[in-house]
Amino acid sequence: MTADGAGTEVAFPSGSRGRRLARWLYARPRSQLRLLLLTPLGWIVLVYLGSLFVLLLNAFWAKDAFTGKVAPFDWTLDAFEEIIGNAVYRTIALRTVGIAVLVTLTDALLAFPIAYYMARVASPRTRGVLLVAVLMPLWAAYLVKAYAWRTILQGNGFLAWILIPFGVAGPGLDELPNAWLVLSYLWLPYMILPIYAGLERIPNSLLEASADLGARAGLTFRRVVLPLLIPALAAGSIFTFSLSLGDYIVPDLVADAKFIGNVIYDNSALGNFPVAAAYAMLPIVIMVGYLLIARRLGAFESL
Amino acid sequence: MVEARWIRVALRLASALVIGFLYLPLVILAIGAFSESRLMQWPPPGLTLHWFGEAAANPAIRTALLNSLLAATTATTIALVLGTLAALAVQRYKFFGRGTISFLLVLPIALPGVITGIALQTTFKTIGADLGLMTIIVGHATFCVVVAYNNVVARLRRLPRTPEEASADLGADTWMTFRRVTIPGMRTALLSGGLLAFALSFDEIIVTLFTAGAGTQTIPIWIFTAIQRPTELPVVNVVALVLIAVSIVPVWLAQRVGGGGGPGIGR
Repeated sequence: MTADGAGTEVAFPSGSRGRRLARWLYARPRSQLRLLLLTPLGWIVLVYLGSLFVLLLNAFWAKDAFTGKVAPFDWTLDAFEEIIGNAVYRTIALRTVGIAVLVTLTDALLAFPIAYYMARVASPRTRGVLLVAVLMPLWAAYLVKAYAWRTILQGNGFLAWILIPFGVAGPGLDELPNAWLVLSYLWLPYMILPIYAGLERIPNSLLEASADLGARAGLTFRRVVLPLLIPALAAGSIFTFSLSLGDYIVPDLVADAKFIGNVIYDNSALGNFPVAAAYAMLPIVIMVGYLLIARRLGAFESL
Repeated sequence: MVEARWIRVALRLASALVIGFLYLPLVILAIGAFSESRLMQWPPPGLTLHWFGEAAANPAIRTALLNSLLAATTATTIALVLGTLAALAVQRYKFFGRGTISFLLVLPIALPGVITGIALQTTFKTIGADLGLMTIIVGHATFCVVVAYNNVVARLRRLPRTPEEASADLGADTWMTFRRVTIPGMRTALLSGGLLAFALSFDEIIVTLFTAGAGTQTIPIWIFTAIQRPTELPVVNVVALVLIAVSIVPVWLAQRVGGGGGPGIGR
């Protein structure tokens, strides 16, 4: 658009509908706000919260014994009874939450050194290169990365090829720790980025003051860096925890194990929506609780 | 610099190890794309370009690619519009429940994908909607809104209001000010948010498996079905390698315009 174009555009016919609406809105900030919020909030409330609500309803609906279809508004607690009565569902829940916690801790441990190096030690050039290097794997297909780990872990794979000369066998594809390893791998960048951003925000003067007052590296880390880093850690952990909690492809692919997501997916594939829905309440409750705590820790400002 | 020398050396070593860890599977899959072995035998018995030809000639890959591009473009557009509107409301107005908006928007990405997936699928089934490209787009747009929102909110926080006031003083109405002043100010945030949303949508499988139905394939769904037939593995590796190579462009772009973090991470 040229400068002349700008000149003609200002000559908006003063009686036009757009202009009148603009003038009407100008004095009414409440109406402006309502117009802005209508579509995004409408979408989230209708599509998302609405779907969650329908999911909740389905958990309490019966399945028609003959057709196998869900019978809407036929209320029952059958699905919950099936889940509570079956010890397998409890084992799977504990296994999933356990692995998700482990993955989160592992990623925090792995992410800290490189994030610290990027934020406070590396030259600006190295920092830029490392930032791209950390981001790149996020753009590689999730499934293919998971599958590449199969090639590494399988009985005659890359790891076995390295280990066998030392007399150690490869892990094979039915070990639960594989799920921990691969999930930690997949979500690591989601932890590195917020920790890096958090570390970058800590002023140098604080660390210098701590050193001047005689604190060694360990003490400075515990008393200065870590407390300031809590919002970033909480933000990163939302992703690592939630993504691990809901994954149903990696556990199957590399560990031959069932997670919460597998129960939900398998039941929905069988058309058993009430059980899938009832079991889905578990990660929802866990995650909403987690999010509320994370919000108190300031995670939302660090997302 | 406060850090002692040994700490700096240790940090550099740890960083190198982490980068090695991040790239090991990518190297393995890159080698797999050239391996003569159909079954991903290790070490590869020989190298070949055969699989690239096979991938290029595969019509299923082409259909899936078109579907993925269509879904990601549409979902990104919806997410950018919704995210920008919400960002303008939160950043420019004070109102009751303002803090809840970001919580609501982040929910679809913060709750596990399997929840978003099963909730949408159950709802589509309950209201009798046919699963297909449309339902995929609805799902993707829902969890992409927060990415656009975060990027735009971060930008609006730093954008001074004075050019907009000047524009109004010069006689421009709300629409023209928005089009000629506010949007140009947000342009790079829209670009990096859009790139991230596009990437998220393009690679999504956890939600998509629930909302796709039987007939529609996207690239991740094609990969998902192909890796269950072991003989197609090298072709899958080729597709993945090409996608990674192509994705260097958006990563580089996002870095250049700045503010490109991980999904949901806008500074």
